[in-house]
Amino acid sequence: MPKELLEGNVAFAEAAVRAGCEAYFGYPITPQTEALEHMARRMPELGRVFVQAESEVAAINMVYGAASAGARVMTSSSSPGVSLMMEGLSYIAGSEVPVVLVDIMRGGPGLGNIAPSQGDYNQIVKGGGHGDYRPIVLAPATVQELIDLTVLAFDLAEKYRWIVIILADGSLGQMMEPAEMPPMRPVRPVAERPAWALTGARGRDPNVISSIYIDPVLEEQFNFKLMRKMRQIEADEIRLRETLTEDAEIGVVAFGTAGRIAQSAVKAAREEGIKVGLLRPISLYPYPFEAVGQLSRRVKSLLVVEMNGGQMLDDVRLAAEGRVPVSFYGRMGGIVPMPDEVLDAIRKVHAGQPVALPGA
Amino acid sequence: MTDALVESLIYAKPDALTHVGTHYCPGCTHGVAHRLVAETLDELGMREQTIGVAPVGCSVFAYNYFNVDFAEAAHGRAPAMATGIKRLSPGSIVFTYQGDGDLASIGAAEILHAAGRGENITVIFINNAIYGMTGGQMAPTTLPGQKTTSSPLGRDVETQGFPFKMCEILAQMDGSAYVVRRSLHDVANIRKAKKAVRTAFEVQRAGLGFSMVELLSSCPTNWGITPAAALTWIEEHMIPAFPLGDYKIHSAVAALEKSR
Repeated sequence: MPKELLEGNVAFAEAAVRAGCEAYFGYPITPQTEALEHMARRMPELGRVFVQAESEVAAINMVYGAASAGARVMTSSSSPGVSLMMEGLSYIAGSEVPVVLVDIMRGGPGLGNIAPSQGDYNQIVKGGGHGDYRPIVLAPATVQELIDLTVLAFDLAEKYRWIVIILADGSLGQMMEPAEMPPMRPVRPVAERPAWALTGARGRDPNVISSIYIDPVLEEQFNFKLMRKMRQIEADEIRLRETLTEDAEIGVVAFGTAGRIAQSAVKAAREEGIKVGLLRPISLYPYPFEAVGQLSRRVKSLLVVEMNGGQMLDDVRLAAEGRVPVSFYGRMGGIVPMPDEVLDAIRKVHAGQPVALPGA
Repeated sequence: MTDALVESLIYAKPDALTHVGTHYCPGCTHGVAHRLVAETLDELGMREQTIGVAPVGCSVFAYNYFNVDFAEAAHGRAPAMATGIKRLSPGSIVFTYQGDGDLASIGAAEILHAAGRGENITVIFINNAIYGMTGGQMAPTTLPGQKTTSSPLGRDVETQGFPFKMCEILAQMDGSAYVVRRSLHDVANIRKAKKAVRTAFEVQRAGLGFSMVELLSSCPTNWGITPAAALTWIEEHMIPAFPLGDYKIHSAVAALEKSR
């Protein structure tokens, strides 16, 4: 299909439609509302389900119900709304139904603002809701990647009966750039819903979708089952992109929009003769610990760039296991770092000087 | 010569109930409410197309007792979960089974908006004026002056507010098609409750909108009285505070009941 000029929020919503999403439940919140608006028009037009819920709490539980019925279903929101969804996400993890969520992050904590941020890393990547689980988390850096990962998200969600979260930020949601839409997939017929789904106990024993295991022995067995699932995900679903890292002496690690900005800075630093490369994790869970660890063996130092106070930084340090110094440059509060700022941080690391955060 | 003995079964467990002993306390009316729902599903031939949604509270394990597909919702969220199920499976019969803490406290927003949307689901609302599962704390429907473990001196309306009358509230919603209150304290009332439960499911089958049957129920364990005294307590204390009756009846309901 030809490339079109697409806004991120509309792009992922339409990508979900084309991936066969049967229902969207959501609540308006800036900076992702255009996705909800797109679904409000598009889903009924295709005979599919759109409901504007009374809250994000209700939206995620409608998603939970629809997924329990065996349908391909999604919601999207932004940071404060996603916080409200944590209860539902924990139940969804605890009952292993496939769900896709897109989080278009904004500045925080609290009401914060509506500007781009990566402040939800800890909440999303480390589980978020109560109990032992980690959803698959995919972090796009372009509108095209946002589209492609949204389609992939539905497939991974069903493959593993698991939550898949697209973690993007307000700039990606609001940005327009040329991108190509996937072809329209047919919607799965109701008669072909999975055998575990709630479809009515017609000629079979009842199905139960539940996250309760009142006997601790059974709960632990279930916990182990989830652990095995997550070990499989860690083995098979790591995604990342490395640029100019082969001969690099400085390794920059950044995801999403920060990764895209860091790429410009890395190119500029190369022009100055600094041997620097970029590792951009695309899957944040499973995290590319092995690749970052390997990078830490090749370079003299690492620099982490994020649009938060240093959340993925912890994971990079874990992966580096103290082999090399790990510096950090981050902007918060909805401020997007300029490539020049990141370039300056690379120069500082190159010169063996500390990297200072503006205002710190 | 003697007449041959003819054995005929006149009372049996409904197909829509499993052969599992319940965890409910002696004298609790949950068992009666379960049976009324199950008999209705049998009579209307709905068992194999029904999906239930259990709450958090004493009936959290309802899915063990109903022989139908079931989801176990987060506390108060059953109407939202039921919305998701029903919208994706409009041919199914979807009901929630919720207690007063679940429905009228933590799930107040979800039930109000499910009614507001005219969500075509049936809600069985068990009002026993107390939190049972957690051991007898004040519920949104606890009566003024009623002693609970979190209102040990009796519910003081000055500081702890007034009971929520959910039928009266939900009857105001244009999406409500059938909202009634019945009681389980004696046989005559149980029979009336049965008719209401049946009508509620018929309302859903006819696609008329949101339906709810509130059932005044007993909790002898947490009320600290005998099962028999608990039934009397419903009659003497709960019914005056929560009058029985029809709060919202869609104009098409009369025709439904007539066509039986």
